[in-house]
Amino acid sequence: MTQTFDQQAPVKPGVTRLDQVVIRIAGDSGDGMQLAGDQFTAEAAAFGNDLATQPSFPAEIRAPQGTLHGVSSFQIQIADFDVLTAGDRPDVLVAMNPAALKANVGDLPRGGILIVNTDEFTKRNLAKAGYDHDPLETAEFEDFQVHKIAMATLTAGAVESVGLGRKDAERSKNMFALGVLSWMYGRPLEAIEEFLEEKFAKRPQIAKANILALRAGHNYGETTESFATSFEVAPAALPAGTYRQVTGNTALSYGLFAAAQTSGLEVFLGSYPITPASDILHELSSHKHHSVVTFQAEDEIAAVGAALGASYGGALGVTSTSGPGLALKSEAIGLAVMTELPLLVVNVQRGGPSTGLPTKTEQADLLQARFGRNGESPVPIIAPLSPADCFDAALEAARIAITYRTPVILLSDGAIANGSEPWRIPTVAELPSIDADFAVAPHGEGDAGSHLPYARDPETLVRSWAIPGSPGLEHRIGGLEKENGSGNISYAPENHELMTRVRAAKVAGIPVPDLRVDDPSGNAEILVLGWGSSYGPIGEAVRRARLEGHSVARAHLRHLNPMPANLGDVLSSYRRVLVPEMNLGQLSLLLKAQYDADIQPITKVSGVAFRSDELHEALLAEFAGTLAAQELEKTPAATAAVVVR
Amino acid sequence: MTSVATPGLVGTDLGLTPAGRHSALDLVPKAEAPQSARDFASAEEVRWCPGCGDYVILATVKSMLPQLGLKRENIVFISGIGCSSRFPYYLETYGVHSIHGRAPTLATGLSVTRPDLSIWVVTGDGDAMSIGGNHLIHALRRNVNMRVLMFNNRIYGLTKGQYSPTSETGKVTKSTPYGSIDAPFNTMSLTVGAEATFVGRALDSDRAGLTEVLLAAAQHRGTAFVEILQDCPIFNDGSFDPLRKEDAASRLIHVRHGEPIIFGAEGEFCVVKQGFGLGVAKTADVATEDIVIHDAYTDDQAYAYALTRLSEQDLTYSVTGIIRAVSRPTYDDGVRAQVEYAKSVTAQDLQETLNGQHTWTVS
Repeated sequence: MTQTFDQQAPVKPGVTRLDQVVIRIAGDSGDGMQLAGDQFTAEAAAFGNDLATQPSFPAEIRAPQGTLHGVSSFQIQIADFDVLTAGDRPDVLVAMNPAALKANVGDLPRGGILIVNTDEFTKRNLAKAGYDHDPLETAEFEDFQVHKIAMATLTAGAVESVGLGRKDAERSKNMFALGVLSWMYGRPLEAIEEFLEEKFAKRPQIAKANILALRAGHNYGETTESFATSFEVAPAALPAGTYRQVTGNTALSYGLFAAAQTSGLEVFLGSYPITPASDILHELSSHKHHSVVTFQAEDEIAAVGAALGASYGGALGVTSTSGPGLALKSEAIGLAVMTELPLLVVNVQRGGPSTGLPTKTEQADLLQARFGRNGESPVPIIAPLSPADCFDAALEAARIAITYRTPVILLSDGAIANGSEPWRIPTVAELPSIDADFAVAPHGEGDAGSHLPYARDPETLVRSWAIPGSPGLEHRIGGLEKENGSGNISYAPENHELMTRVRAAKVAGIPVPDLRVDDPSGNAEILVLGWGSSYGPIGEAVRRARLEGHSVARAHLRHLNPMPANLGDVLSSYRRVLVPEMNLGQLSLLLKAQYDADIQPITKVSGVAFRSDELHEALLAEFAGTLAAQELEKTPAATAAVVVR
Repeated sequence: MTSVATPGLVGTDLGLTPAGRHSALDLVPKAEAPQSARDFASAEEVRWCPGCGDYVILATVKSMLPQLGLKRENIVFISGIGCSSRFPYYLETYGVHSIHGRAPTLATGLSVTRPDLSIWVVTGDGDAMSIGGNHLIHALRRNVNMRVLMFNNRIYGLTKGQYSPTSETGKVTKSTPYGSIDAPFNTMSLTVGAEATFVGRALDSDRAGLTEVLLAAAQHRGTAFVEILQDCPIFNDGSFDPLRKEDAASRLIHVRHGEPIIFGAEGEFCVVKQGFGLGVAKTADVATEDIVIHDAYTDDQAYAYALTRLSEQDLTYSVTGIIRAVSRPTYDDGVRAQVEYAKSVTAQDLQETLNGQHTWTVS
C-alpha cells in the first residue's frame, strides 16, 4: 500500500491542530498493548507523520495478571516535524487496569488526558496494584482530563453478534482502545481492519470481533460527549522518498540481507536466543530466500564459533547477542582477531552486569566491546544512532569486516532494537558494493612460490584471504601467534612485537568519516557529544536549548573504534564537552585517555533511555555552572541510600 | 528412531538399514591425478614429544587421505586446543587450529556453507569431552557432516599432566595427588547416547584397523565420531598397555558388520545376549546361533549401546572397529534444502523485502 499526501491538509472545524502528541497505552502484558501500539504506529506512518515509538515490557512473558510487574506499555510520538524520540512524557495515557494506571500516571503531566478502562477497577485488582481505595473515586486525578470508559463491557456488547464467550469477547478491548485513539486523532480504520482480517484469517470470528470492537471505540469517541474535541497532527515534511516504519532489529536484519547482496557472500547467522536480540534471529530465519543461513546454536560460544567457521569458508559470519552473550563469545572474537577473518558481532545492549535488566536498555558494554578480550585485541566498533540507522550501520559493519578481515562489533541497544521510526527505503541498486577480494593465486613469496596467508597490502595492512577450495593456496591458521607473512606458529619475541603492533595499526588505520558537528551559531562553547541511541533525546534537548537562545553544539559518534580522525580537533575547539551516556562514563573515560579536552559526563543507569527534558535540564545546569557538582553527587546519593546492615 | 520389537533383536538384520546411502564425499571435487602420503605433508616441523602416539596417527592419516582421491584444497582439518590439536599444522590441506573445545562449532558453520569440503575435526579427550562436551553432543545429535577424530590418552598433556574426563577413578596426577574422585565417561556410550550416527574406535598402533575406521568415517554422511586410543609417553605412559601387551587379544573385541563377534587369541570368546544387554561368553559354551552377528547399520541404538558396556572402564573389554554407522538426514543438507525451498516458494527480491507491505511516499 502506497499513499501520497498533500502537505497542506486542511483543518476541519471542531478539530484542534497539534504539531505533536505523545500517546502511551498501558495494560497487562497479556492485553495486547504492543499490538494496539503497532497498529496506531502503522496508521500514523501511513498518514505521513514523523514518529518514533518505544515499547516497554516486563521480562516475564506472562507475569501474574493485574500486578505492577506485569504492566506492558507502548509509547509513540507523532508529529508534523522530524521527531527524534518517542517523547518524554505522554500527553495521553490509556490505562487498561489499576496496575497500568499506577505504574504510568506519574509520567502524565498536569492537564494530560487520562483514559481508563473502569471495568478492571475491582477491589481485587486495585489491591493487586497496591491501592487501598479506588483513585478514580477521589480527587486524586483532578489535574487530568479523565475519561472513564467501561471498555470491557462496551466491547462485549459490541461483539455480541459474533457469539463468543464473554472472556473471549473482552479480549478485543485493546482494539476498542485503539478505536477511541483513532477517533481522537482522526485516523481512518481501514488499514487496521485489513490487518486484522489478515492476521486472523484462519479465525474469522476473532477477526470480526476485533473489527467490531475497533469500530465501537471509534463510534464511542464520536457519539459520546465525553471528548470535547478531536485533534489533528499534520503529516511531517520529511525528505522526499518512499518510507516505511521500521524497528531497529528489523532494519539491522535488512542491512545484513543487503550485505549479502552487495558482497555476493552468503550470510551465515549463528545465534543463541537472548533478549533483546532474538528478533534478529527470527527475522533472518524467515528470509532464507535472500541467501541467508541461520543456525540456532547450543550456546553463545557455538553461535560465534559457527559464524567464524562460515567466514573461514568465505561466507559472512554473523552472530547476534546481548551483553552476557558477548562475554561468552570473547575468546572466539579473539580468534577472529588473530586469524584476521571477517566476523560481525551484533550486541543489542541491555542493562547489566550479569543477567541484569534483560528488557531494559543501557550503553554499558562499550568498554567490554573495546577491551573485553585477553591480550591486545583490537576490534572496530560501530553504534547505530536510531532504529532506521541500524540498516546503514549493519551494512557499514559488514563492509569493514569483509574489507579489513576483522571482527566488528555493532553496538545496538534495547531502545533502538524495539523502538521504531519511519525509514526512507534505499534503492538496492544504489547500495555500494563490497569486494571480498579472495586470493586466487599465491600472495607473497614463500618457499617455491608458496602462498603466504599473512602477506599484507602495504597501505591497508589487510592480509590475503584464501578460502578452502582454492588450489595451491593451502595453509593453516589458528589462535597461536602467527609468523609475519607465512602465518606459521611463531613464539619469537620480535615477531610478536611486530604482529601485535600491525594488528593494532590495521584497525586504527581503517578510514572512517570525519565527525560532523552541528553548531548553527558557530560560536558555541559547549559541545554535546553522544553515541548510539541517545541521539534522539540529545537532539531534542539541544533543539530546546537553542530555542531558548543558548548556543550549543552537538555531534554524535557512530564509529567508536577507530574514532574519526578529526575528533581531537573538534573536542579541543570547545571549552567543554558534555558526554551523555547510559553508563557510568565509559566514552568519557576513552576520550579523557586519548584527547586533551574538558570532558563532563552526564550519566544515567536506570534501564530507561534518556528523556530529552532530563538532558535539557542538564544543559541548563551546565550553563548555570552546577552540572559537574550534580554529576558528582549521584554516587554519594546512591551510597547514602543503601540499606544499612 | 524406528524401533521394532522383534524376537532375536540383537544381531539380526531387521531390514532397517536405509537403502541408497549417500557418501560424505559425493559433493567433494575429486583429484585429477593419484596422490601419495607425501602430497599431504606440510613443511612445518612436527613438534610432539618423542614416542607420542600422535606420530603414528599422523602417518596413518597421511597414507589414508590419498585413498580418498579428493582435491587436496577441498579438505579441511579443524582442531581445538591440546597436543592432538596441533595436527592440522602438519598436513598440507586447509586447516584451522581454533580454541579449546570449540572445533565442532567452526566445523558446523563451515559444513553448512561449504558442501564441497571434506571436514575433519581433530580433538582430544579433554578438548572434546570436557571443555567442548556441549558442542560434541550437539554436533552428534544434529548429525552435521563432519568427522571427529578424538585422540584419547586419558590425560591432559599440554598442560602437563592433570586428569581428564576419561581418566580412571583414583588416578593420581598433579591436580589429584590423593587420586581422582571423578567417574570417567564411557566415550562410546556417551556418543551413542547423543544420537551419533557413526561411532568407530581404533588403537593408534593398529594401522590397518585405524585406516579401516578412518576410510569408513570419511565416507559417512553425517557426524562420524572416531576414538583413537593413544598413549602419552610423558604423563600417562602405558595407559593402554592392557590392550597392547599379553592378554590383549582377550580384551580387544574388533567388530565387523555382518560377522559374528568372536575374539581371543584362539577365538575362544564371543559376545552373546545377556539380560537386557550383551555379555561375553566362552565360544565353546554357546551355540553358534547364539553368537551375536555385528550389525553396525541397525538403527536400534540399544544394540550399539550394549556393545559399549561389555565391561567397566577398566579395559577388561574394549570394542574396536565400526560400532555404529547408520544413515540419518544430516543437519547441513537440511539447512541447504530449506534455503533452496525458501528460494523456490518466495520470489521476493531484496527491494521488495525492504519495501515491506506498507509504504508511503513523500514528494
